[in-house]
Amino acid sequence: MTSEIIFQAIVTGLMMGLIYALIAAGLSLIFGLMEIVNFAHGEHLMLSMFSSFWLWSLFGLDPLFSIPITILLMAFCGVLTHYFLIRYILKAKMLIQICATFGLSIFIRSIAQLLWTPDFRNVDKPLLEGRIELGSVFIGQPQLYASLVCLVAFIGLYLFVTKTETGLALQATAQDRHAAEVLGIPSNKMFAIGWAIGLGCVGVAGGMMANYFFIFTDVGINFALFAFVAVALGGFGSIIGCLYAGIIIGLVESLGGLLIDPSFKLLYVFVIYLLVVIYKPQGLFGRY
Amino acid sequence: MDKLIVAKSEPLWNTNNKVISIIGGLVVLLFALPLVGLNSFYLHLFIMIFMHAVMAQSWNVIAGFSGQISLGHGAFFGIGAYATSFFYMEYGITPWISIFFGMFISGVFAVLIGIPMLRLSGHYFAIATLLIGISFQVVFQRWDLVGAASGLWVTMTPEDSWTALQFHSSKLPYYYIFLVFFLISFFAVWVLSRSKLGYRLRAVRDDPQAALSLCINVSNYKIIAYVISAMIMAPMGSLFAQYILIIDPDRVFNIEISIIVLLITVLGGIGNVWGPIIGAAILIPISEYSRIYLGGTGGAVDLILYGLILMIICVFRPNGLISFIPKDILERKKQR
Repeated sequence: MTSEIIFQAIVTGLMMGLIYALIAAGLSLIFGLMEIVNFAHGEHLMLSMFSSFWLWSLFGLDPLFSIPITILLMAFCGVLTHYFLIRYILKAKMLIQICATFGLSIFIRSIAQLLWTPDFRNVDKPLLEGRIELGSVFIGQPQLYASLVCLVAFIGLYLFVTKTETGLALQATAQDRHAAEVLGIPSNKMFAIGWAIGLGCVGVAGGMMANYFFIFTDVGINFALFAFVAVALGGFGSIIGCLYAGIIIGLVESLGGLLIDPSFKLLYVFVIYLLVVIYKPQGLFGRY
Repeated sequence: MDKLIVAKSEPLWNTNNKVISIIGGLVVLLFALPLVGLNSFYLHLFIMIFMHAVMAQSWNVIAGFSGQISLGHGAFFGIGAYATSFFYMEYGITPWISIFFGMFISGVFAVLIGIPMLRLSGHYFAIATLLIGISFQVVFQRWDLVGAASGLWVTMTPEDSWTALQFHSSKLPYYYIFLVFFLISFFAVWVLSRSKLGYRLRAVRDDPQAALSLCINVSNYKIIAYVISAMIMAPMGSLFAQYILIIDPDRVFNIEISIIVLLITVLGGIGNVWGPIIGAAILIPISEYSRIYLGGTGGAVDLILYGLILMIICVFRPNGLISFIPKDILERKKQR
């Protein structure tokens, strides 16, 4: 066990962590707005990867260039989700909200299985290929760029939410939707925007991961689990918390896999989740 | 301090006479049904309905009565399944005894899981249980003692045997075994829902703060509900293992089990003793028939239906199908 191997694991963990952070940020934004956990988040990630894949396989568009289209498609998907499902369950009990988005996740996944079969696919020869050597550490180029793009998108999201007028309106709606409505902020429109942005984040992550990850119908489950954990770790509704939580999870996953046993990655993350949530129930940066 | 709480329990039998006679009639009908000569497909259908009704009933105890949403309830099903098969194959213990081992182990796990996790509220608990369900699957896939990923193949007896709980020539004995377990667990949950314990659980669900101020130890009652729920779930896993005789982690710890119990309960009506039964009686035939007629087209058509039904129910009938039935038929007649 040399220090290079450990360093390699840290780099890998950091890169995965940034992707988890962006996926979790979308989830957290949606939760902060309307206190609904999108249990179909993993399936939305799967959809964005497939959108990237089909744009490549049908039109020959490299995943790198199709990202704007994927983002738009996912944002549209978010608005549709809000319009056809979420707006009916805004006032429902928590159980019903969980069941509804859970139902959506089963629905999307099994439709995808019916249409595209559960085969594994991957994008052949994307523009981003190969790896960089830094001393004795190897960094895959697609992974590196994916994590950098996710980091940039994350910073963009953070600036958008904290600095722009729409972002502030989103925050106002998250704090008190009735008071915000009195001030002339239509909460329904804000919810739709929240869903569009939340799934747009997933679109960025999915589009970049399509470069190097296998694309199949169950791909989202693990990512969604880690995203749930990241959101709970960072504190529900806190966007900056997602960044730290995502990185923690990425590091725990890769270091735990290296030092103990790679087949129990999920368990290490689970233990971290339990420890944090039990000692700090509102998460690291949560307001709930 | 418990004496301070005077929750007036409803008398167990003071129900509408009509309802009693309808239930009695249905029970007799269910016992007599195989005499008509059901073929093995229909026997299988009824067995599945009974099994899923009990599984959903178990989920109903934790989610419907005490309001904690567990998304990993399949774990207890799997524990039950592995307990009987493992003890039978390693030590030759008859499944009739190891069913209780399974219940006991599930109960212990429910306590161990419940103590740290039931302090979590709402979404935190739901996500934690989702992880629990998958962790069990991961661990059993790697655990060599119980056959790792290939699972356990229960040694077959040459002939039908009541001691080994294996019947190869007919599904009829399974039908009666599942029916009896179905009736027992239904009765147990019915008693529970009308007992002081049931009222306290609902108080915990509806307003934990108010319950706490009435000296109800909220977290203890949640754990009690979780243990009861786990102990109802485990025997179904045991019986299912005896029914199919091959178990592997992907089958008995599948997340689909956790999904379907939720779906059945929400479809029928959550928090109501009748909900899971109605849900199972409607959903299981739909799923079995859709598997027969549409399954060949290469996909999870029944899962598409599940998802769709779940969303539709959540949007239009959050109280489940039971809300179509007028309340005064199901509940005790108001005395003037």
